[in-house]
Amino acid sequence: MSNRRSPLLSQTLFGRFWLWLVRVMSWRRVQGVAHRLHGRPLVILVPILWFSIFFLAPFLFVLKISFAESLLALPPFSALVQFSADGLLQIRLNIANYLLLLEDSLYFRAFVNSIKVAGISAFLTLLVGYPMALGITRVKARWRLVLLMLVILPFWTSFLIRVYAWIGLLKNNGLINNLLLWLGVIDQPLPLLHSDFAVYLGIVYSYLPFMVLPLYATLIKLDQSLLEAAEDLGCRPLRSFWSVTFPLSLPGVIAGSLLVFIPAVGEFVIPDLLGGPDSLMIGKILWNEFFTNRDWPVASAIAVLLLLLLVVPMILFQRVQGRTQDQPERLKGAPDA
Amino acid sequence: MARPDSRTYEPWQDVNASPLVRIEGVTKTFGDTYAVDNVSVDIYRGEFFSLLGSSGCGKTTLLRMLAGFEQPTAGRIFIDGTDITHVPPYERPVNMMFQSYALFPHMNVERNIAFGLRQEKLPKGEIQERVNEALQLVKMTEYARRRPEQLSGGQRQRVALARALVKRPKILLLDEPLGALDKKLREHTQFELVNIQEKLGITFIMVTHDQEEAMTMSTRMAVMNDGVIVQLGTPAYIYEYPATRFIAEFVGAANVIEGRVLAVQEDCLSIYSDAYDCELLIQHHKPMDIGAPVAVALRPEKVLMVEAPTAAPTAVNTISGIVSEIAYLGDISIYHIRTAGGQMLQAQLTNRNRGENPGPTWDQPVQLTWHQSSGVVLDA
Repeated sequence: MSNRRSPLLSQTLFGRFWLWLVRVMSWRRVQGVAHRLHGRPLVILVPILWFSIFFLAPFLFVLKISFAESLLALPPFSALVQFSADGLLQIRLNIANYLLLLEDSLYFRAFVNSIKVAGISAFLTLLVGYPMALGITRVKARWRLVLLMLVILPFWTSFLIRVYAWIGLLKNNGLINNLLLWLGVIDQPLPLLHSDFAVYLGIVYSYLPFMVLPLYATLIKLDQSLLEAAEDLGCRPLRSFWSVTFPLSLPGVIAGSLLVFIPAVGEFVIPDLLGGPDSLMIGKILWNEFFTNRDWPVASAIAVLLLLLLVVPMILFQRVQGRTQDQPERLKGAPDA
Repeated sequence: MARPDSRTYEPWQDVNASPLVRIEGVTKTFGDTYAVDNVSVDIYRGEFFSLLGSSGCGKTTLLRMLAGFEQPTAGRIFIDGTDITHVPPYERPVNMMFQSYALFPHMNVERNIAFGLRQEKLPKGEIQERVNEALQLVKMTEYARRRPEQLSGGQRQRVALARALVKRPKILLLDEPLGALDKKLREHTQFELVNIQEKLGITFIMVTHDQEEAMTMSTRMAVMNDGVIVQLGTPAYIYEYPATRFIAEFVGAANVIEGRVLAVQEDCLSIYSDAYDCELLIQHHKPMDIGAPVAVALRPEKVLMVEAPTAAPTAVNTISGIVSEIAYLGDISIYHIRTAGGQMLQAQLTNRNRGENPGPTWDQPVQLTWHQSSGVVLDA
């Protein structure tokens, strides 16, 4: 039937393929497949595909490279799997890269320092973000949207430009130092730029929305009558914050902290632009290995370790989330009398 | 409801009694709207006082001002003679039971109840003792370690009650305390609440929209509408002597017949109603002008319905009609009677005998009569 409609189609390779495809993908078949894949499987398929193509496959490449040897070639690493001249399939696993990471204390120190910086940054972001989030929940509804917009607004500018802007603010003849000099608070410019302070400032500034939004989401759900009940039972406002508001916002605190901590561990741009020359961050070392030393295998090994390091808090995060979500479900089974 | 001393305990009748709560000309505005408009009321020690009204009448705002969550725009509130108008909630000798119960989800039952005592920094042993006492009072001892979400609605209600009572407040405020319970449990809990109130002697002030609930539990109730107390009194007084048409219709069911004063007798008004084409003779003691418009409220259960005409259709306090609707409620049946003029009236029959239709059936002509003491002349 299809042949009759267009004889030309069956003569070319592409035409034949097309006809085959049309037959295979007949509407009924599509319906059948859709039927079998309806609902949940189909919904799950999309993220699985996304995850496989954009995360799993690249990660496998990186994993592969981390077990290769560095070469002066293009690409600059040895093949993992190859046929030798006598037709043998050879798999060469080189664990020297990982051994190097363990032997040279530089990498260990960089990892530890990155975790320290990320942890302190997450805590500082929490200190700044919590009052902001709480404040946004307390204003009138029409102002909330405006304030949330203001929190998100910086995202509309390039991240890099915003970090560069801080250089302009922090440098010796920058805005802040000039203002302080003019006010007579100081007579020497403060060494603000290229310091740990600048790194923390940059991270807190850049990741603040990641803290404010989950905190806001949990705080806005907080039943106001709980606070009234606390007050009614003799609790002063500050105490009722610590005994009611804060414990009930813990899911948001954890979510926000992890959303800041995880990317901050591998942060490269901020320590590079704002940090001092001796600021030891694993992201910066990774960059150096890749682009300065052109040692892709060692860089890949760092990336794999970094990923493992981050997976632990991520799993923790998932479990916390899972627990808060499962809770009502689990308790439905609780005996009731 | 069993209330052994309710006949004698009427402190509001005693001119020497000093009120526990004095609300003095309290007004609360939100923007341009008056939520509470110049309300004054005295509430006495040991009372179970209800604020009754439909939603938006200001009853909850008034309660929240007693708790301290809202500040009056004008007026003052005294507790035990002390002006507490501007005292923050955490320093007031009142506790509130919230409509949503507002139990702390991150604490178990015991810690919820102990919360208020821990704010007072009492010794641990005393806290434990009083928590156990409160748990026993509401029969929740076995559930001390449960979390609120592991409890049923009725159990949560008890925990909320225990948590509010454990601080031994002078006044317990209850915001729709039974609203979230199903009907059977609600009736049972009404009795329990009153028993607890009598046992502890704490003054209860309750907000409710359910007139039956208010009538069952209260010593006195204030019916509110549009931010104003329309009538204040014992449940029986308000039911039998509704001051206005609003109260007659809001508290219980009522037939309201409008007419004009024909003649003023010694203790009666003679009224003629055009719409019902009927002459009424109703007890009334206040002077009225002849020809003035009046409305008469007649409770359905006080109307006598007979099938065969026994009185001349023109007799006083007699209206003829035909049965239009019958609502069978089990214990009673409510009849809707259509008069010749097309007006509807309600009458009640008690279903004393089983199985058989007790009274007239649909489309049957009937005659309604009542005694002159059954009707109430309403304020305009």
